[in-house]
Amino acid sequence: MATVSMTVNGKLVSRDIDPRTLLAQFLREELRLTGTHVGCDTTQCGCCTVHVDGKAMKSCTLLALGVDGSHITTIEGLAHGQELHPMQAAFRDHHGLQCGFCTPGMIMTAVDMVNRKGTNLDDQTIREELEGNICRCTGYHNIVKAVHYGAEAMAGTTKAAAE
Amino acid sequence: MSATGIGASVRRKEDFRFITGKGQYTDDVNRYGQAHAAFLRSPHAHADILRIDTAAALAMPGVVAIFTGDDLAADKIGGLICGWMIHSKDGEPMKAGSHPALAQGKVRYVGDHVAVVIADTLDQARDALEKINVEYAVLPANVATANATQPGAPVVHEVAPDNAVYRWAIGDEGATQAAFAKAAHVTKIDLVNNRLIPNPMEPRAAVGDYDSGNDAFTLYTTSQNPHVARLVLSAFIGIAPEHKLRVIAPDVGGGFGSKIFIYAEETVCVWAAKKVGRPVKWTSDRTEAFLSDAHGRDHVTHAEMALDAAGRILGLRVHTTANLGAYLSTFSSAVPTYLYAPLLSGQYAIPAIYCEVDGVYTNTAPVDAYRGAGRPEATFVIERLMEIAARETGQDPAAFRSKNFVTSFPHQTPVIMCYDAGDYPASLAKALDMADYANVPARKAESARKGLLRGVGISAYIEACGIAPSAAVGSLGAGVGLWESAEVRVNPVGTVEILTGSHSHGQGHETTFAQLVSERLGISIDNVSIIHGDTDKVQMGMGTYGSRSGAVGMSALSKALDKIETKAKKVAGFVLEASAEDIDFKDGKFSVRGTDKEIDFASVALQAYIAHKFNGQDLEPGLKESAFWDPTNFTFPAGVHICELEIDPATGVTRIDRWTAVDDFGVVINPMIVEGQVHGGIAQGVGQALHEGAVYDASGQLVTASYMDYSMPRASDLPAYQVGMTQTRCPSNPLGIKGCGEAGAIAAPPAVMNAITDAIGHEDIAMPATPLAVWRAIQKGAQRAAAE
Amino acid sequence: MYPFTYHRPDSLGSAAALAGSADAKILAGGMTLLPTMKQRLAAPTSLVDLNSLSDLAGISVAGGKVTIGAMTRHADVAASEEVRKAIPALADLAGWIGDPMVRHRGTIGGSVANNDPAADYPAACLALGATIVTNMREIAADDFFTGLFDTALEEGEILTGIVFPIPAKAAYQKFRNPASRYAIVGVFVAQSAAGVRVTVTGAGENGVFRVASFEEALAKDFSAKAIEGIVVPAEGLNSDIHADAVYRANLINVMARRAVEAAR
Repeated sequence: MATVSMTVNGKLVSRDIDPRTLLAQFLREELRLTGTHVGCDTTQCGCCTVHVDGKAMKSCTLLALGVDGSHITTIEGLAHGQELHPMQAAFRDHHGLQCGFCTPGMIMTAVDMVNRKGTNLDDQTIREELEGNICRCTGYHNIVKAVHYGAEAMAGTTKAAAE
Repeated sequence: MSATGIGASVRRKEDFRFITGKGQYTDDVNRYGQAHAAFLRSPHAHADILRIDTAAALAMPGVVAIFTGDDLAADKIGGLICGWMIHSKDGEPMKAGSHPALAQGKVRYVGDHVAVVIADTLDQARDALEKINVEYAVLPANVATANATQPGAPVVHEVAPDNAVYRWAIGDEGATQAAFAKAAHVTKIDLVNNRLIPNPMEPRAAVGDYDSGNDAFTLYTTSQNPHVARLVLSAFIGIAPEHKLRVIAPDVGGGFGSKIFIYAEETVCVWAAKKVGRPVKWTSDRTEAFLSDAHGRDHVTHAEMALDAAGRILGLRVHTTANLGAYLSTFSSAVPTYLYAPLLSGQYAIPAIYCEVDGVYTNTAPVDAYRGAGRPEATFVIERLMEIAARETGQDPAAFRSKNFVTSFPHQTPVIMCYDAGDYPASLAKALDMADYANVPARKAESARKGLLRGVGISAYIEACGIAPSAAVGSLGAGVGLWESAEVRVNPVGTVEILTGSHSHGQGHETTFAQLVSERLGISIDNVSIIHGDTDKVQMGMGTYGSRSGAVGMSALSKALDKIETKAKKVAGFVLEASAEDIDFKDGKFSVRGTDKEIDFASVALQAYIAHKFNGQDLEPGLKESAFWDPTNFTFPAGVHICELEIDPATGVTRIDRWTAVDDFGVVINPMIVEGQVHGGIAQGVGQALHEGAVYDASGQLVTASYMDYSMPRASDLPAYQVGMTQTRCPSNPLGIKGCGEAGAIAAPPAVMNAITDAIGHEDIAMPATPLAVWRAIQKGAQRAAAE
Repeated sequence: MYPFTYHRPDSLGSAAALAGSADAKILAGGMTLLPTMKQRLAAPTSLVDLNSLSDLAGISVAGGKVTIGAMTRHADVAASEEVRKAIPALADLAGWIGDPMVRHRGTIGGSVANNDPAADYPAACLALGATIVTNMREIAADDFFTGLFDTALEEGEILTGIVFPIPAKAAYQKFRNPASRYAIVGVFVAQSAAGVRVTVTGAGENGVFRVASFEEALAKDFSAKAIEGIVVPAEGLNSDIHADAVYRANLINVMARRAVEAAR
């Protein structure tokens, strides 16, 4: 066992864990933050995407010990109570989700995309930037639309609000 | 139309929990004291199990128990079943080999279940798995669909010595022969409908729990139809009688058919919960999903179409070999028979059709329904034939289709189905217009100038949805009736709870079902909640598949709402001191005809419960009704999809430039959700045509067992879609709904392949048309041209 | 995963000491190692995590060379204005690795040290004539990539950085595997005072290799046309369900021509 500490959604947490605990497992099983999903074993589907020190990463391919001391934001940390993050709202407004399983990862990726690429995103950029997120329900059409409008909406808010 | 009623693109009520990470999927369920299960899977496609030694594994840290097939047999736990009896053309019943949840003496595919380890943690269970020592005698494997029944092929089940599950036929063979005898032209084609792996993003999972105080089981599972799971686990597998088994399917992350079936893992988890006295949890990893989720499609087909000199279709004959895998999964037998061949008439008036289907065993994962289930395979046959026949006879593919469309209804096909309503020319005309079909030649020339090959392909599909009526499916061999049930509970304050046997795993029922209630009762959808997926709450249900939730599930709800309205009028009559016959109900208000006396719905609900205004003998207190709906016919959604694409001949890379879809789904409750279903269906159909294919090697190892080798379509692989609609009401249900869930997956593959073959100039290419396949086909075409 | 001991040293010296023990593995970004361990295909008894060694991350351009620290993330190389100005092909290459999340974590050092036959960076190292710097020595890229997942690194030797000479012109063209998105064929073309180099990743049975016939033709005439008719033999190229050897041979030519045209 080893001790790990990190700040998750603004709260400092510390646990004794088996060193092989992945960040996704740590979030889901230790912290019961089950919005972060696991959809594959090969770092491809992106359902487990969270932000580590402000950057989107796949929590199924990070050791929890490997991000000791980091600031983690999960899907649960994006909204302020009932007030949705603009990207969350855009996914709802534009029907960017069906079963909802890939959705947390999609939204975390989309917020990161805007942080890096700005708020004026064309469809081709969005599609390329979604390389690491697989959706089986939507055919991506409405996800692309949601990211586009979510990015525009984020132009009116501060980037810091996301993190 | 009210703002939240039928036809409104209301944003989804369920989304808040999903976008905030508060969805509750099966893997999010944790029961106090739970142990974790890991399955030992066969590394061989075909082998006798000589010995299983678990001693070393049992000694590993944290191991609670290890079970094998012998333990299940000792507890008289039955095997997994196939619920649809198919008879061969000689009258023999299908040859169903036994399907134990844990292997008994033999394994029949890579991934087959050999043993289960239950341990305190998942890592411990996996550590122990490696210490189980199994001695196998490896047998030759039967892998290729086309060769499965050849003499000398390895026998998968003794009960079927030639590996044929059935040799089934439909249609009039003599009449079809006669049609071909007088044909002016015959178009022939050999097709492979590639094997697919469904891949909902949420892997399957199960948590079994046992309450010893009440001798009752609870199973949380990733199911599209929890009541059917309960029925099978109770009546056939023998876990517990239905009143002692609760099945809960919470949020389910996509199904596409693969979560209809009752699998070994959930059977073992719920059984083992009692054995070990602790809740038992299993969650599939993605590789296990590839190995053991039921696969889809996998047909090898020869088909011929007879035409007269005027270009009218005279007849169709088809022979299909359908790979059913190593065991018959829950509904597998019906998929390449009754869900397939009755759709071979397409949108066309075809006087004679004869189709033979050989269902075969192989040493591969079981094959069962996957989005569209049989209907994509049928549409692929007929729509490839239509395109090629048009090309061979020098007709425009659109005009050729028009000439042969069914135009009067009802239309009885030679293969069971009676099409009840449609306007096929309208969909085609609209699609051609939206696709700017007239300017395809100009765009082809422009592509050619850039050194690219452009092609356009049409697909005019029809499907039979609803997957009902019970009497009809019963006559075809179904072991169950395929109705649906609904219950409407009006609370005293006028809010409403709907309990439905339909199950939402992405379809948005919490919104669309509420829209119907809003329309009918004149209340806000915010005052309606939809409850589904729990056998202890919902009275009964057949679940969601076959695009049946709207057509069948909502019809049951509509019928229950009729009863609510009838009773509420009686209550209103007492309150307003008028006869129930004189009460009108509109926009949420009950009024006495010809007066200004009125009362709103919530007040009537309250009056129904306080029962001050009527005598309990004349009218029961309360406002709660339930209904079952069993339709009189299948529904027949149909439409036209047009794919236009560009190929880079240097690399074989295909880029879809335009996708046009025009669908007739009958009445649409929520256009936004319906369009989303179309988008997703197209993506899966394009996936089949361009990207996806399960590949087994000759020894039966699954080569495509992860996303490293199985190509899942990404956002950059797919185009934006133009979606349009036409509408003819469905006459066989009160709402006029036909269903929309499978259309895209059915329509898309032939549209893509018709476009690719148009671009490359010949027909010799199979799905998936990967860059490699397209490049090879282009080389082949060039060689052929050079030789000529 | 199998159990392991986790170390996160704060100095290169202690990292090297820990990495020298038997069955220890160095963890950089972990984008290949961790999935391999999850599938129980690797069983190191200890992991030496370099993520605290911030000195190993960074990019500098000076004296006609781009120096990139081993722990520099792909995303940082892709986004670096300095790299883009000096060797745009290198920034492009980094931007085509994996996906945005993988690029945020994956490192150049990890990629080069792992020498996956379908990885992108080895093509750049070999084409640009890079120097691989370790805690012990400097190794020319020509001597570094010794075979499938095999390099000149010795036990306990830690890759600390890579020095890329700035070429006159270069480009990288990648044909992605439709499933894994690794390179089925990746071709890096570089023209410098030392001559022209054409390297191929993804296609060779022994990993990255140079195409002498292309190099000779391009040295005389740096144009796509110069190599159009040169056939790369299919023998020795990989064959799998996504691309057989003949197709890969074709792609090598197509991607090389496109790289020549894109070179800047």
